[in-house]
Amino acid sequence: MHVVKNKTQDQVEVAKGGLLDRRRFLLSGATFLSVAGVSQIASQSHAKDFSKFPDHMLTPGFPSEDYGVPSEYENHVKRLPEEVYGSAIITAAFTPLDQLNGIITPAGLHFSVHHNGIPDIAPENHQFMIHGLVENALKWSVEDLLNYPMVSRFHFLECSGNSAPNIISDKPLDWTCGHIHGQISGSLWTGVPLKYLLDEAGIKPNGEWAMCEGADSANHVRNIPLKKLYDDAIIAFYQNGERIRPDQGYPMRLFCPGYEGNMSVKWLHRIEISDIPSQSKDEQSLYMDVTSDGRIRQYSYTMEVKSVITKPSGKQGLPESGLYEISGFAWSGRGKVNKVEVSADGGKTWANAHLEGPVMDKCMTRFTIPWQWDGKETVLVSRATDEFGNVQPTRADWVSRFARFSHGHNNSINSWHISPEGKVSNIYV
Amino acid sequence: MFNLKRISTLASIILLCIPMTTSAEEIKTSGGTAMEQSEIDKWSITIYPDGRNLPDGSGTAKIGKPLYEDQCVDCHGVDGDKGIAPRLVGQMGYQEWNPHPLLALTVAAWPNTTTIFDYIRRGMPHHSPKTLSDSDVYALTAYILHLNNLIGENDVLDRETLKEIEMPYKDKSFSAWDLEEGGEIRGKPLNSQ
Repeated sequence: MHVVKNKTQDQVEVAKGGLLDRRRFLLSGATFLSVAGVSQIASQSHAKDFSKFPDHMLTPGFPSEDYGVPSEYENHVKRLPEEVYGSAIITAAFTPLDQLNGIITPAGLHFSVHHNGIPDIAPENHQFMIHGLVENALKWSVEDLLNYPMVSRFHFLECSGNSAPNIISDKPLDWTCGHIHGQISGSLWTGVPLKYLLDEAGIKPNGEWAMCEGADSANHVRNIPLKKLYDDAIIAFYQNGERIRPDQGYPMRLFCPGYEGNMSVKWLHRIEISDIPSQSKDEQSLYMDVTSDGRIRQYSYTMEVKSVITKPSGKQGLPESGLYEISGFAWSGRGKVNKVEVSADGGKTWANAHLEGPVMDKCMTRFTIPWQWDGKETVLVSRATDEFGNVQPTRADWVSRFARFSHGHNNSINSWHISPEGKVSNIYV
Repeated sequence: MFNLKRISTLASIILLCIPMTTSAEEIKTSGGTAMEQSEIDKWSITIYPDGRNLPDGSGTAKIGKPLYEDQCVDCHGVDGDKGIAPRLVGQMGYQEWNPHPLLALTVAAWPNTTTIFDYIRRGMPHHSPKTLSDSDVYALTAYILHLNNLIGENDVLDRETLKEIEMPYKDKSFSAWDLEEGGEIRGKPLNSQ
């Protein structure tokens, strides 16, 4: 590999610490170095003999499977166990963000959080009901709804507790990006717009709220304003083209774009239209926030603008000084990402990263920027702004608004420390 | 394309014939089946803060105590504290015996008593939900309120009395949807403009 250790005239620094102008950099013909995961460094010692045809060119391969699975050489890419809570309260699996790329998460690696486990629901044992303040209380079978007109939309889904370790822990935990921030995933969700079904039932004039209930063992409930359901909510049947999986709500789930994950009620079976919210268990406890002056902030739905660098990120390594591509993604529960700024000097100077299109509403947007690492200690930071001008706050700003134990809706700025040896680790700036 | 029996003819014509630019608002569906009132009653387990949907039956903390010790104590701990499941009593905040962020929360800070009844009835006990009678649920709700010194051990909870008990955090709770978003879908929270 041709390693560029010194900047050429085409490599124009756009912020201190070695952040480069992308267009001029691309013209320079310089070559990126590879960020290494911990296991990859170890495997580099096995030198291969490429002087002969390898076995896979000398024998025919195997046929396709009925349902394909990833290469056996990618077996290390797995969802991560939840390690913060460590109690009987919830079960969870996090997305290994640092092992993936693009903006779509494979369904089997989508994060998953459950309050009462994953129910096993045969479609014929499931029905969906709308009643309460409606002209006609109605029910549908799964098959009925599969025949309804559907829409497909790319959206992120993020748990309100995502990135909680960076709030809870006074000292930054030396974890991977997936372990800290892996309660966000992206998919193409396909289903029936709620408004068709609400109009079919006919909402009475005093109907303002929808009590949305799942068919799991403790019937998870969230109360959602009808304005949201009419705006952009769907009942999702498909994720990335295939029927949603049991841990995503099979046979059907609510999907509320941009709202905290648990509002997209899985295994949705009942909506009761009401004039007031029912104040469900999770609206009293897990999914309320406690303000710094001790008040209970309920019904805070939106996952605000946020970004995270996935490469390089925690527990990865930079083998030597030179050129790297910094890559990450940004999102906003209010709409589109407008701008992602990156700093390579701990937040003193910033440069705009390149946003890889399409930039979509309430969807992850991949960003990249070339970076010339000089081999010295530094800190990489990203900061996103959405189309409405909402900007990520600093961790200190965020923490000042809430009680010390309140950790939902953390959208504060994330940073990675780079040691002179090239070790990447979590840090607060 | 779609099951025409289930979708109105008007919608089908719009879907099949009008170019993609047509607003989706014009789609009308008619595939739902009417629910009987008895069916609605069977599924309406959600209790509202004004007491709506509370069933008949009643219970006291004194009746609830042995039920708690039989069904709940393994997870929630003696006196509703120091278990592996959420705390039922005490102040919010980190607990010295286990500084677990979710154990910083407590049912004592829930703004509404009706939610306690609602959740026990739909989800507890964790290993066999929906096995308690409505009177059992009133009794367990009374026991939790009694552990928090909010009612006496012989105070009777029923569909009339439960909703009248004020939780300490009722006045300290607010709706971000109303106060910060103004009850609208917004690009920016109100307080940032």
